[in-house]
Amino acid sequence: MIQIFTYNNTFEGFLTVVFECYKRGAYPVDIRSKNRLQRNIFGEYVYIESDPSKAERVWKGLRERMPGKNHDLPFYAFLSEDDGIEMKIFRFIKRIFSGQFDADTDFSDPDVSFLNQVAKKVKFEGMRMLQFVRFQRTKEDLYFCGIEPRYDVIPLAINHYKRRFVNQKWIIYDLKRDYGIFYDLNETQEIVLTQKRFNELNGAVQDNLLEEGEAFYQQLWKTYFKNVNIAERKNLRLQRQHLPQRFWKYLTEMQP
Amino acid sequence: MITEAVTEKLAVLADAAKYDVSCASSGSNRRNVKKGLGNGVACGICHSFTEDGRCVSLLKILMTNYCIYDCAYCINRRTNDRPRATFTVKELVDLTINFYRRNYIEGLFLSSGVIKNPDHTMERMVQVAKDLRIKENYYGYIHLKAIPGASPDLIQEAGFYADRLSVNIEIPTEQQLMRLAPEKNYKCIMNPMVQIKDGIIANKEERRKYKKAPMFAPAGQSTQLIVGASPETDRQIINLSSQLYQRQRLKRVYFSGYLPVNEYDKRLPAINKPPLVRENRLYQSDWLMRFYGFKADDILDEKHPFLDLNIDPKLAYAIRNPQLYPIDINKADYELILRIPGIGVQSAKKIIYARRFRKLNTEHLKRIGVVLKRAKYFITCNELPLRIHGFAPDILKNRIIAENRTNRNIADLQLSLFAKIHHVLPPVH
Ligand code: SF4
Repeated sequence: MIQIFTYNNTFEGFLTVVFECYKRGAYPVDIRSKNRLQRNIFGEYVYIESDPSKAERVWKGLRERMPGKNHDLPFYAFLSEDDGIEMKIFRFIKRIFSGQFDADTDFSDPDVSFLNQVAKKVKFEGMRMLQFVRFQRTKEDLYFCGIEPRYDVIPLAINHYKRRFVNQKWIIYDLKRDYGIFYDLNETQEIVLTQKRFNELNGAVQDNLLEEGEAFYQQLWKTYFKNVNIAERKNLRLQRQHLPQRFWKYLTEMQP
Repeated sequence: MITEAVTEKLAVLADAAKYDVSCASSGSNRRNVKKGLGNGVACGICHSFTEDGRCVSLLKILMTNYCIYDCAYCINRRTNDRPRATFTVKELVDLTINFYRRNYIEGLFLSSGVIKNPDHTMERMVQVAKDLRIKENYYGYIHLKAIPGASPDLIQEAGFYADRLSVNIEIPTEQQLMRLAPEKNYKCIMNPMVQIKDGIIANKEERRKYKKAPMFAPAGQSTQLIVGASPETDRQIINLSSQLYQRQRLKRVYFSGYLPVNEYDKRLPAINKPPLVRENRLYQSDWLMRFYGFKADDILDEKHPFLDLNIDPKLAYAIRNPQLYPIDINKADYELILRIPGIGVQSAKKIIYARRFRKLNTEHLKRIGVVLKRAKYFITCNELPLRIHGFAPDILKNRIIAENRTNRNIADLQLSLFAKIHHVLPPVH
């Protein structure tokens, strides 16, 4: 019987599947998140329970064998949630474990080239979390931002914001995935806000909760943005290329 | 607390600052210590993009647009009748901090018109940086303009608060500078530039010995040249910028296509649009010198003092030097691969890695990201015929122009350089 391994949609779950494949000596026809199952009348679905220690062993093994800065390649590629990405990563990991430690630079290979491409897209989206987050200051002296990245990349930005805004409390909230990261001046933690006191479409905090000066600084920022533009060089296409329209609704300066 | 009048000032002084094209927030790794605010990120971060497609990274602002000078090409010259405003030190500090905390900006880029005299102006600018660093415990990016003619002491002090310093040359030759800005001279521009360079070198040395020594302009210095306000050739401009990189160790030389701001001044050329394509070609040349190992002489020579506006300088080089091509993708050194039109730094590196696994053919090259439409005339790989020998240089040039004609605005290419986004992320685990 053909086996299709399924997992809980986390990277840890996926790595556990990899571990099990090796342990059982099984080469799966497919690995799929349980959220993205397809009807397959010929195959048998085998659900693999996520196990942190097994996942950790695979991850450590990978890191030891991929010393360069590219050792996050499987992780970034995984975050793309691209249909069928699991088997591509699996084949890649097999190459690494079979001793081809530099397989990540085999750029003319279809799998490696694909993994690098999607990983790049994910990193790009992560970069956008550094660029396009806009905080609103609330009366409780908390800086809030609601945003919706294409991939689940807000966690990639945590260290950056922790380093940068050590002395202010902040929340960066993923509006689509309905969870956020909260920094309380000491630690960051994942949170879910059950009571939404902000606009769930664009992350705008309710007016009555905003700190007094907030509207004024937003206004100043818009004034600045408008005046630093050079009309004679107008190039909307270029603007859109760097500032995708899907982010506009979260950006203070793009509001009327 | 800051007041309504600030909105007005901000509008005037942002508008007056927009002609400085530098926006980079890169090159500094300043760390946040003592639970302060902010830090430097070496790759720089663009936070927004205005309608002209340019990146907004720093709060780029003038302290004042009053000026005692009357430089022909400058909108803020004293003869112009326009709204004027001056920020207080406190207002600038407050704006920077509050924009920064909301993640609007990477930091402050402060420039200024000259009030009273250069020292008086520079002193107040330094005060802003000092207050940010010391009173506000701020570690974000600061770029300060060094005012030509300011005393060495002030420049020195500025360097200890700022991440980057810049002195704008603006007009590429002394002779033309004297004509358009008779109150300035090359000495008052070059002296601070040399001082900053020496300061940076000395500081690097010191920090090697004492890790705790304070940083002096860790993100280096830059300058700006206005293109098209005076009759210099592209060759003169490229030679100058190449010297600036080598002798003054500048991090960046920016080019700013002259915007016709003072039409009434007959010393200036009568144009109605900034020379965007020319500016773009200069940036491409600059790129070739900084990342592709080209020398100024490779790009233009005595016989060719101006860049070809129809094709990019790398293609122009290839067409002028047919004896170098075709280049064998599977054998050539990295430096040579970089000279192939259609292959950028990323693709060149990938080729070097990828060919260790197998001999590469066109299918592989596509996968790697090579623009074959362009490169095919200049390479051989496993199976490609030698195309370039079939064409005389001029025919080849026209053919490539025809092949690449799209409805895209050429200026786009250049502007995307401003916004070069690097993929640098904090570690995940
Ligand atoms: S000194 Fe600077 S601000 Fe003043 S007129 Fe000359 S270029 Fe303009």
